[in-house]
Amino acid sequence: MKKMNKLHIVIKREFRAYFSTPIALIFICIFLALTGAFAFYIGGFFARGRADLDAFFSYHPWLYLMLVPAIAMRLWAEERKSGTIELLLTLPVSTGQAVFGKFIAAWMFCGISLFLTFPMWITVNVLGTPDNGVVFAAYLGSFIISGAFLSIGACVSAMTKNQVIAFILAAVICFLFAMSGVELVLNFFRSWAPAPVVQVISQMSFLTHFSEMMRGIMDLHHLFFFGSLIAFFLFSNIIIVELKKGS
Amino acid sequence: MTSMIQLDNLTKAFGSLRAVDNISLNVQKGEVLGFLGPNGAGKSTTMKMITGFLSPTSGSVKIVSHDVAEQPVAIKKMIGYLPEGAPLYGEMTPKSFLKFIAEIRGLYGSEGRRLIEEAINKVDIGKVLNQTIETLSKGYKRRVGLAQAIIHDPPILILDEPTDGLDPNQKYQVRQLIRNMSADKAVIVSTHILEEVEAVCTRAIIIAHGRILVDGTPEELLLRSPLRNSLTVQLDSVDAQAALSDISRLTTVESAEMDQKDSNKAEIRVFPKKNKNITLEVSAMLSSRGYNIFNLNTERGALEEVFRLVTEQVAEVDEENE
Repeated sequence: MKKMNKLHIVIKREFRAYFSTPIALIFICIFLALTGAFAFYIGGFFARGRADLDAFFSYHPWLYLMLVPAIAMRLWAEERKSGTIELLLTLPVSTGQAVFGKFIAAWMFCGISLFLTFPMWITVNVLGTPDNGVVFAAYLGSFIISGAFLSIGACVSAMTKNQVIAFILAAVICFLFAMSGVELVLNFFRSWAPAPVVQVISQMSFLTHFSEMMRGIMDLHHLFFFGSLIAFFLFSNIIIVELKKGS
Repeated sequence: MTSMIQLDNLTKAFGSLRAVDNISLNVQKGEVLGFLGPNGAGKSTTMKMITGFLSPTSGSVKIVSHDVAEQPVAIKKMIGYLPEGAPLYGEMTPKSFLKFIAEIRGLYGSEGRRLIEEAINKVDIGKVLNQTIETLSKGYKRRVGLAQAIIHDPPILILDEPTDGLDPNQKYQVRQLIRNMSADKAVIVSTHILEEVEAVCTRAIIIAHGRILVDGTPEELLLRSPLRNSLTVQLDSVDAQAALSDISRLTTVESAEMDQKDSNKAEIRVFPKKNKNITLEVSAMLSSRGYNIFNLNTERGALEEVFRLVTEQVAEVDEENE
């Protein structure tokens, strides 16, 4: 057997941990049912009469808002509650490897859930001739946005031993990030914050970035935005684990 | 000889509480060091700093002369650690768990399988390998935790209450295991079971309030026991009063007192003068007077008693200071 690196081993363990309980399957079922339900009933997939997946993708951020914190909440809160964090961090792995490994494993899990929506893609191809490049970009965008939510959720999970608190806090923070481009939120900031700050806040909106990616505009600045956001939260995650592990 | 484990002025403060207060000690190869102390004395915190889980507020930990703060990952390879409460991933089976530990310690393939097999045999968990860990009894969980700590045959073993939750047979087995492995290792074991110290440790340290109070072999610790070498005489209660005054008159006897007395039996405790052995003298005297003796017993002294004495003294001093 070839030598595996430690990151790979951490990822493997974490990933299997999802499937060792029925929770993973339940999660996937809920995700598939909801993406389908949103697309068909609320998005009006058929009524639109167009061969695209806009009706399907535009609800993804809203679904992730609830579902991704649910995946992320156990990552560190459970380790701290059960004390296994002491086991993990006294093995010859760095905190960075542990943080990154857990994140990747959870992201892979999101990826699998998303991949299992492929019947939608097939359906739309059977019914018409969609622009598959756009669909691919939208899938990629959806995957990236789940990673961004996940990095927030993982970071929050390290702050507490209580998974419920981790879930709620992560959902709220994710909500703020998702909504920061909406006029309602921006108006609140406009009343007191200087214009450049409002500008920055509006740029932080996941929804704004995602709606562009969904239309097939895979611009570098979107990737850069989500990339640096994920990097920031993972880095914070490492620091929080270091600070909190003993308590 | 270089120390395997070297603590220099190790201190850990949580807010205003000094959980570990300026501890310095060395552990050599072949030593099994017992950490004794009341709950909250700082045993676990010290162990967490040795294994690199917590970083000290001040002072340093050196493992085979490498500083833990500087080379944490390299040092973690040399240490086998059973954390307090033996935390494990409950959703895994012992088999997959040990495989994970072996892999992350760089043990793969046939060598990895051999080492896993060895660890399983040493702690005797072969029967439950494919059950999820959360369904195992406390004793099995503890032994899975031990297997995890010894799998890579580390030169340094840090075991936080390794026998907690085990039944007497399992305790015996684990102590045997620690003794067998200790020849080429430096081992630190924390426990509050004092008989364990006599059973496995070559050296014991009593810690309270984060400070080392006593450091010595279990035998040396026993010397501090006030009951050490005292004599318990059990005899017919009719003779008790006369015997007591006879014993008190012996020149080698420091003091003697009536411990218990009921209608047919009495017990006298006799304390010798310093460094005198009075067993023979007392028994000869008593039989020559024709007293009706049921039992005569020389105390070795009890660690429990030394422990209580030492830790309570500190508690009193601390209260006075406050």
